[in-house]
Amino acid sequence: MDLENQQRIKDAAEKYGGENIVVVLGSSDPEGAEIYAETVTMGDPTFAGCLAGVPLGLCVYHVLEPELKEAADPAKWEEQIGMMEMVLKVDALVAAVRKMREANSKFSL
Amino acid sequence: MTTVGIKAAAYCLNFAPELALHYGGTPRQERRAKPDSEFLRDLPGRAQTFEQAAAYAPNQAYIGAMTLEELAQAPAPWSDNPVREARFGTFGEIMPEDEFLGLMDICDVFDLIWLEEGVAASVAAKLARNPVLGEKQLARLEKGRPLADLEEAVRQHALPLYLHGRLAGCCRRAHDTDENLEAGVMLENLASKASGVLALLHLIRNAGLAPADIDFVVECSEEAVGDTMQRGGGNMAKALAEIAECVNASGFDVRAFCAGPVAALITAAGMVASGARPNVAVVSGGSVPKLYMNARDHVKKNVPPLENCLGSFALLLTPDDGQTPVMRLDSLGKHTVGAGASPQAVTTALTFDPLSRVGLRLTDVDKYAPELHNAEVTLPAGAGNVPEANYKMIAALAVMKGQIARGDIDAFVAERGMPGFAPIQGHIPSGVPYVGHALEAMKAGRIRRAMIIGKGSLFLGRLTNLADGASFILEAPGMGAGAGRQVRQEDVTEMLLTALGDLAATLQKGR
Repeated sequence: MDLENQQRIKDAAEKYGGENIVVVLGSSDPEGAEIYAETVTMGDPTFAGCLAGVPLGLCVYHVLEPELKEAADPAKWEEQIGMMEMVLKVDALVAAVRKMREANSKFSL
Repeated sequence: MTTVGIKAAAYCLNFAPELALHYGGTPRQERRAKPDSEFLRDLPGRAQTFEQAAAYAPNQAYIGAMTLEELAQAPAPWSDNPVREARFGTFGEIMPEDEFLGLMDICDVFDLIWLEEGVAASVAAKLARNPVLGEKQLARLEKGRPLADLEEAVRQHALPLYLHGRLAGCCRRAHDTDENLEAGVMLENLASKASGVLALLHLIRNAGLAPADIDFVVECSEEAVGDTMQRGGGNMAKALAEIAECVNASGFDVRAFCAGPVAALITAAGMVASGARPNVAVVSGGSVPKLYMNARDHVKKNVPPLENCLGSFALLLTPDDGQTPVMRLDSLGKHTVGAGASPQAVTTALTFDPLSRVGLRLTDVDKYAPELHNAEVTLPAGAGNVPEANYKMIAALAVMKGQIARGDIDAFVAERGMPGFAPIQGHIPSGVPYVGHALEAMKAGRIRRAMIIGKGSLFLGRLTNLADGASFILEAPGMGAGAGRQVRQEDVTEMLLTALGDLAATLQKGR
């Protein structure tokens, strides 16, 4: 996760409290999604950014997870995400983020 | 419908592993932060040789020494399966680094590039054999200086230029206090200029024209040319035209990150279509900072660092004479400010919208050319297969629009896509590398319609969070107004009736 995004997430967690934040990922590959999810739960695994060694334990979802899809306006979903749902490996993305969330998130939806 | 011909194309590569090692953005930053890192220690030993780069299938495809059909058949991984080495292709050449240093000296008009005298003599002999360099260009090459002069210049402020690990030249700063004219900036600009000049010279040759026939040059790299008072003041275009002896040309630069080439083609086509300027060359040289951009991952994963070539291209736009493939200006794709940033919104704006505006479907395009990044470079760096992802998005959009069935996505991708083969040089992979191959395929009747798509990450400049994109349709000669101008029986009948009516009226008058 790039350094500026790490900073924005860290700032938001400090300002609003971790229990009031959900990080929604849109990454296109499962490996990347897992690293992002790890970064906002356990800390930056690359030790390059400000979340290195900072386990925020935030609640994290991939935008393609069923919980979010059910909560979304179906027309908006179709307009913004329907195409990518056909293109991406949804199951692998969902599994990667869910695994990290279930193991390391301190907060839930 | 307005159309503009694309008369010729040129594509060149400048093999530059030493520039990559010392001035590629990633190794350069690493050298400042951790000069003794494992990455920097291991990188030089992993470099391809020139012979390997010249036998690397995507490079051969880029310069037109191999068709894309042949590339698709070539065994993978390409880096382990060399093809027949070729210095020249239908569109241009792959030039070794020593000759490139000479070419930079040829393109330097402020005595910034100094070559060691032995190197200068050796490259002078090699460059004299290059079919696109004429006497005027060769006369610009200097005799070089003793090694001691270079060592002294490097001790002061000049940046060393190496060949096979040895000091072979240097790039001096162009001002003693102006940070926009420091040696590093000048090196990047001179390298982009030299690679752009090479493509322009090949273009003039491929088009069968004289340099004086070029009326205007539009340049579209990602370099900022200027001093401290006007950092991006510009006109790389005219600087290229001068070295290429295009005495009747002027020029200007178009910048739009990686969307620059498509934006420049649309700009140039507008000038040609209006009759303002008949022979317009759209040109770009390559980018030094992007060399070895992903090399850290390549070294870590033990694959060859393949970002070792500056890429360049040049295309010649001319009035539509019915003989050359054409750009259609009635169906340009535009990623508007209000379009939104989701992949779906972008893909719709760049493909479905412009096609439907002229009554075409996504399946009416034989080949799509989005960002054509070589996946052998991007996959180990975790950036995925960029062209394939684009093809899947276009196919999925076709499903959403009811133009193909969901089960036909893979067939759509296979039929209307192509493997990425362009060097990862930002603006270079952005759709344009396919234009040369498209011209050939259209001449041979293999395809009739292609779509060229450019996208740019504007947010990298930190003035907006937006991205940009632009696209156009390329059609085979003689398709006229595409679907709209195909002659129908009713049209012919109507024309005959009008003519007969006129004849009857004339006969009656005569009586």
